Amino acid sequence: MLADWLAFPLLGGLLMIQTAIISRLTLLSGSGDLILLALIAWALHERVRSALVWVLAGGLLVGWVSGMPLLLPLIGYGLVVALARMIRRQVWQIPLLAMLFVTFWGTLIYHALTIVVLQFSGSPLPWESALTHVTLPSLFLNIVLAFPVYALFNDLANWLYPETVVKNA
Amino acid sequence: MKTLVSRFWQTALVLIVASGLILLALSGYLHPLLRGVMSPLVGVQQWISSRYIAAYQFLTAPRDMASLQQRNLELERQVAELQAQVIELQQQLREAQVIYALLDFARAHPQNQYVAANVIGRDPSPFLHYVIIDRGSDDGIRHGMPVVTSQGLVGRVDAVTAGAARVQLITDAGTIVNVRLQNSKVEGQVHGSVTGEISLEMIPQDTVIQLGDLVLTSGLGGTYPPDILVGQVSDIRKQPNQLFQTAVVQPVVDFSTLQAVLVITNFRPIQLAPLIPTPIP
Repeated sequence: MLADWLAFPLLGGLLMIQTAIISRLTLLSGSGDLILLALIAWALHERVRSALVWVLAGGLLVGWVSGMPLLLPLIGYGLVVALARMIRRQVWQIPLLAMLFVTFWGTLIYHALTIVVLQFSGSPLPWESALTHVTLPSLFLNIVLAFPVYALFNDLANWLYPETVVKNA
Repeated sequence: MKTLVSRFWQTALVLIVASGLILLALSGYLHPLLRGVMSPLVGVQQWISSRYIAAYQFLTAPRDMASLQQRNLELERQVAELQAQVIELQQQLREAQVIYALLDFARAHPQNQYVAANVIGRDPSPFLHYVIIDRGSDDGIRHGMPVVTSQGLVGRVDAVTAGAARVQLITDAGTIVNVRLQNSKVEGQVHGSVTGEISLEMIPQDTVIQLGDLVLTSGLGGTYPPDILVGQVSDIRKQPNQLFQTAVVQPVVDFSTLQAVLVITNFRPIQLAPLIPTPIP
């Protein structure tokens, strides 16, 4: 419950860092996405029961601040977190590797969705230009940022969901 | 009587000997003798003096070292403080220069009313070119108001809250600005792109465009006031099989280092939507 309450202030703080600093640190036209990485790291943690509130908080905050259509971040982050939860449940036992895997595919999914939606909402984005100048540099930056974000949110999740030891009588 | 005479002669003898020695010394005949006598004394004096100075330094050095180290620390702290002050003053100077430039621009265009604002953030999505400014509806900012700097056009207000606003830059892929070329008076459109480059479109093929031509807002469409500088033609792309020629425009505003902007508050964009006919079913 505390974790759900923390979603808005934590992601709000991250969004402030994102808009004030990370969005200015560009590689070509790409930039990292702290909110996406935070949601992936949170969703991949083995003891986190639900990431739904975090997706809602992140999606609504980004949709409110950004010039994108309001529902686009909500849907995009929802898809990426769903991928992370699926990966966590079924396949991967090495969380850091899973973090990198979901960061890679999550960035591609989120950017593809953004390009499609912006095409239909009056901002023509050439696929080739968007891929080479925005998506690939953003992918690189996201993978670089994935390590510190994972470490931070792993510790946070460990603190909020401490491991319970069952003693046999 | 005899004693007095002998004392007189003794005194005279002493005086004569003394005078003789003085005369010999002044004339230089005693130098070898004096050197031979004085050299050991000077050597002894030097040895005593050097030992005394060494002993004095040995006894007083620790106290001086401690005081010097303390003084050094104080000076280092002062240097650090002064360096911090220099950096702060340089920052203030840069901000003041930006503000003075904006003030000069506002004075040069007295027909407009301005609200100055700081750029406090950028859009989280790399596909969009928007900035967030620290002035909102409480400061008189409204949707659609043009935003400029002392160099030229920045964009227009896209969304407003009480204390902040989001500005869509002219480099955004969704932006279209109606413009004209200053020299040829030909009108066209400037389009943004996902990479942040802006291009001049819809220029007829028979129009002569030259590198370096200035691009100004035309005011057509009522979205922006006329005659605001947008940029300069930096490359021309003319293909004979197309209806229009295009050109790459170098914006006059450096959007990567945008710190402060002016919002033109007495310009209200014209809403053309009610004038566009809708098909009757």
